[in-house]
Amino acid sequence: MNRLGTFLVAAAAVFAVAVPFFLKPFGIYLISMWAVLTIAAIGLNLTLGYAGQVSMAQGAFVGIGAYTVALLTQADVPYAAAFVAAGLFCFAVGWVLGYPALRVQHHYLAFVTLAFNTLVFLVLRNEEWLTNGIYGINSIARPAFFGWSTGKALDFYFFCLGALTVLSLATWWILRSPWGRAFVALRENPVRALSLGLDTRRYTLIAFAIGSSLAGLAGALYAPLVQYIEPNSFGLGMSFNLLLMVIVGGSGYFFGPFLGALVAVLLPEWMRITEGYYLIVYAMFVMVMMAFCPSGLLGLVERALKAVGRRTPSPILRSEGVGQ
Amino acid sequence: MSRSGLFAAVVAAGLGFTSPVLAQSTVYIPAILELSGAGAVSGTNFRDGMLMAIDEINGKGGILGRKIETPVLDTQSDAGISRAQLQKVLDNKPYVVIGPVFSGSVLVDMALTQQAEIPEIVGGEAAAITQKGGTYVFRTSFGQQFSMPKIANYIRDGIKAKTVAVLWVNNDFGKGGRDTFVKEMAARNIKVVADVSTESGQADFSADVVKIKAANADAIFVYVNEEESARFLREAKKQGIKAPLLGETTLLGQKVIDLAQGAADGVRGHVGLTVDAPIPAVQQFGEKFKKRFNYVCDHNGIKGYTAVYMIKHVTEKIGKFDSKAFAQAAHGMTITPKDEPGILMEATWDKNGDIDRESFLGEVVNGKQKIVATLPKLGK
Amino acid sequence: MASFIQLLVSGLATGAIYALIAVGFTLLWQTSQTINFAQGEFVMLPAFFILAAMNLGAPFWLATLIGLLLSIVVLGLLFKLIIVDPMLRYGVLPLVISTIALSLFLKEAAKDFYSSQAQPFPALVPATDLNVFGAVISLQSLAVLAIAVATVLALHFLLNKTRLGRCMQATAQNPTLARILGIPVERMVLYTFLINGVLVAIASILISPIYLAKFTNGETLGIAAFLAAIIGGFNQVRGAILGGVILGILDNLSAAYLSSQYRGAFPLIILIAVILLRPQGLLGRVEERTV
Repeated sequence: MNRLGTFLVAAAAVFAVAVPFFLKPFGIYLISMWAVLTIAAIGLNLTLGYAGQVSMAQGAFVGIGAYTVALLTQADVPYAAAFVAAGLFCFAVGWVLGYPALRVQHHYLAFVTLAFNTLVFLVLRNEEWLTNGIYGINSIARPAFFGWSTGKALDFYFFCLGALTVLSLATWWILRSPWGRAFVALRENPVRALSLGLDTRRYTLIAFAIGSSLAGLAGALYAPLVQYIEPNSFGLGMSFNLLLMVIVGGSGYFFGPFLGALVAVLLPEWMRITEGYYLIVYAMFVMVMMAFCPSGLLGLVERALKAVGRRTPSPILRSEGVGQ
Repeated sequence: MSRSGLFAAVVAAGLGFTSPVLAQSTVYIPAILELSGAGAVSGTNFRDGMLMAIDEINGKGGILGRKIETPVLDTQSDAGISRAQLQKVLDNKPYVVIGPVFSGSVLVDMALTQQAEIPEIVGGEAAAITQKGGTYVFRTSFGQQFSMPKIANYIRDGIKAKTVAVLWVNNDFGKGGRDTFVKEMAARNIKVVADVSTESGQADFSADVVKIKAANADAIFVYVNEEESARFLREAKKQGIKAPLLGETTLLGQKVIDLAQGAADGVRGHVGLTVDAPIPAVQQFGEKFKKRFNYVCDHNGIKGYTAVYMIKHVTEKIGKFDSKAFAQAAHGMTITPKDEPGILMEATWDKNGDIDRESFLGEVVNGKQKIVATLPKLGK
Repeated sequence: MASFIQLLVSGLATGAIYALIAVGFTLLWQTSQTINFAQGEFVMLPAFFILAAMNLGAPFWLATLIGLLLSIVVLGLLFKLIIVDPMLRYGVLPLVISTIALSLFLKEAAKDFYSSQAQPFPALVPATDLNVFGAVISLQSLAVLAIAVATVLALHFLLNKTRLGRCMQATAQNPTLARILGIPVERMVLYTFLINGVLVAIASILISPIYLAKFTNGETLGIAAFLAAIIGGFNQVRGAILGGVILGILDNLSAAYLSSQYRGAFPLIILIAVILLRPQGLLGRVEERTV
C-alpha cells in the first residue's frame, strides 16, 4: 500500500477511536452499527468483489448468527463460545448452500440465494418453539469479559471496533495468502484460472463460506447491539442493503465495505431532513450513483488518481470493475 | 485535502445533526412511528390523528402555555431502527414520547424509556407490553388480553358456539391476537377446529376459505388487516360460507365494509375504537379527520388523537412538565370527556399502563356498521 | 372434489396473471440482458395512472387508454432510455441494483404522491359468480383468465408469425448476427420494452379490481414473476406461461393441503430445485456457456 493510503488509513483509525468521545449515545449507537455492518459487508465483498459471486443471502447469515448468539447466551453459554459458534455454524451453512448453488451461473445464484434468504426468514418466523417466532427475542444481554462489561454504549462500541479490527486483519491476511491470489485469479479470468489448474469450484466455495461466516459474526455482534432481534430484520431488505454497501463503496476494493457501510448508515440520517420523502431521495441517489460510478466510490477515487497520474494502488486494492 | 479530513467533517456533520434548537416556549414531545414498510398504514393513521390534536391544542395556546413540538421519526417498521430513533430523541431530553404502533418496536423501546424514566404513549396492542412490569408505558387502546375476552364471551354467550375456526395474519399483531384468542377459547371449553394463518398482503383466499369450510365450525373469528379482511369476506361470500363471521374492530370498519362491496353484511364482532361509534364526539372527530385528510381514519387515528389529549390533561393536572410526575399521576387516572373533550370517550389507566374504556358489539347491516350493544368498562 | 376444482380454478386465474407479468420479464431479459427487479412495481403503477386520470375527471375507458399510454411511455421508453441504456455497458450487476432502487422509488412515490391506503378499482366485468362443477368462480376471474390467454396468444402470434416478431426473436438469440443481417437491433430492443409496458398495464387493469390498488402490490407480484419465469424457462415465452400457471395452482394447493404457515416456501423450494437440477427451466433450452 502506498504511503498516502497508509497515512489515510492510520488517520481514519485514530478518528474511529477518538470520535465517540464527542458523540451522544445515539451517535455512538450509529457508529457501532457501522462497525457491525462493515464486518458483514467485508464478507460480502469477499464473495462478490473478489470471487465474483452475487449473493442475496448475506442478510440471512447475519440473522442466523444473531439468533445463534441470542439463543446460546440465553441458555447461559458464555458469549465468547457463542460468538465462535455463530461463525462456525454460518461457515457450515454457507458451505452446504454453496456446494450445489455455485455450479450455476451468476444471475441464477442471485435467485437461489434470494430464495434461501426468504426460506430462512420463514423458518425463523414459523418455528416458534426455537426462535420465539414473530415475537422475536428480547432483552439480549451485552457480554462481559474478565470483569469488563460492555453494557454502556461507549464500551460496546470499542468491543465492536475491536472485533472489526481483528476480522479485517484476518481478511487482509487471507487475501495476501495464496488463497487470496486464487480469489483474485477467479475474478479476473475464471477460465484461465481453470486452465492453470486452479480448482475454481473449491475456491469459490471457500470464498462464499468465509463470506457467510463473516456475516454470522456480524450477526453475533448485532444481537447484543440492538438487544432485540426478530425475523423481519434479516430479510431481503438487509441483504440488499449489504449488497448496496459493497457496490457503493467499491466492489473488490479492500476498504470498499468500510466506506459503503458509512454511507449506508449516515445517508438515511442526513436524508431525514427531507422528512417523509427520504426513501425516494435515497432510491434516486442510488440510481444516479449506479449511472455515474458503478465501480463505487473507491473506483471513483482510483480513476481520479489515475487521471492525476499517480501510481495506481496495489493489485489487492484494485478491482476489475464490476461486471467487466 | 486529505480524505480522512473530509471524512471527519462529513461524519461529524452527520452524527452531530441531532440536536434541534428548542425554544423555551415549546415542549418537546417527539413521535416515533411506522411511516414506511409493513406498518405504514397504521403509522400514518396514528400520525394524522396525532397531528390533528396537536394543531387543535396549539391553536388554543398549547399545554400550560407552551406549544407542542412534535418531530415525527420513521421506524420503517423495523424494531432496530425504532430503537435507534428513540435513542436519538432521548438524547435531547423529551418530556414524553409518543409511539410506536408496532408491538415489536414498542417492546424494544420500552426498555430504553424505562431506563430514561420518560413516559411513552404507545399504540401497540400485544399483551406482553403491559406484562413486563414497566412503569412508563401507557396504551391508547385495549391490550389483546382485554379485547379477546370480550369477543370470547360474546362467542360463548351470544353466538353459543361450541367450535370455532380462526383466521389470522402472520405478523406480531395477528399472531398475538390469535394466541390470546386461542387461550380464551380453551378457558371457555370451545374447540378451535381450524387454525389458518395468512400472509400480510395476501390477495387470494380461496385456499383458506376451502379449509375453513371443510372444518365446519359454529363460528369463524377473523383477525387480519383491513384489505385482507375485505378480500377474505368476498371469497367467503363467493364460496357460500354460512357460519357467522366475527371480528375485532377492523373487520367491522367502514373501510372494510366499502372494500368488501356487500360481502360484509352479517359480520359481527367486538369494536373497541371506531369513528362509527354511537358517540357524537367520536363521530365529529371522524368527520373532521375525513375533511382534513381525505380518507376515513381507522382506530389508529383515534389512538393518536387521544394520546395527545391524554398528555395535555395529565400535564395540566400535575401543573408542570415533569416526566416522572407524569408517570405517577397517569397511573390510576380517569379522564372523562367532560373534563377533556379531546379524550372522546372516558378512559382509565391502571397501574400497568393498560387502558380501560367502554367498547361495543356491532353488526354490519346493509353496508353500515350498527352498534347492537355497549359493553361497560371492565373496571366498573 | 369440488374444493379441489375450486382451488384449481382460482389458482389458474392467479397463475394467468403471474404468466402475463413473467412474460414481460422474460422478454426484457432475453433481448437486452435486463433483469428488471422493478417488474412488480411496473404492474402496480398503471392502476395509479388510471386512478389519477379518473380523479381529473376522465371516464374509465379514457383513463384506461391514458394509463396504457403512460405505461408504454414511462415504463417502456423512459425506463429504457434513462435507466437501462446508460447502465448496460457496465454489466448486469449495476443494472440489477438500479432496478431494485427503482422499485423502491416507484413504491414510495405511489405511497407519498397518491395514497398509502388501498384504493378500490373499477372492474371490467360485474362481480357475479358462476357455478361450474360445484366450484364457484367469479366472472372476474374468468375474465382475467380469458384476457390473459388472449394477450399471450396475441404475443405468440406477433413473435412467431410476423416478420417483426421474428426479427425480435433473432435479436434475442444472437444480436451480433442479427445486426449483420441488417436487423435494426436497437429498435427491436426498444420494441420489447414497449411491449412490456403494454403487458404490465394489462396485468394492472386485470388485478387491481381484485387486489385493490395499493402501493405494496408490487412486492409479491415481482417475486412471483421471477419465480414463474425461472421455473418455466427463461428463454422461452411459453416457459413463462407454464411457470406462472404452475405457481398459481401450487400456491393454492400447498396452502390448502399442506402447511399454511409455509405456503410461501413451496414455490421457493421448487425454484431452488429447478435452478440446481434443470437451470434452463422446465421448458427452456439449454443455454450454451459463452467464454
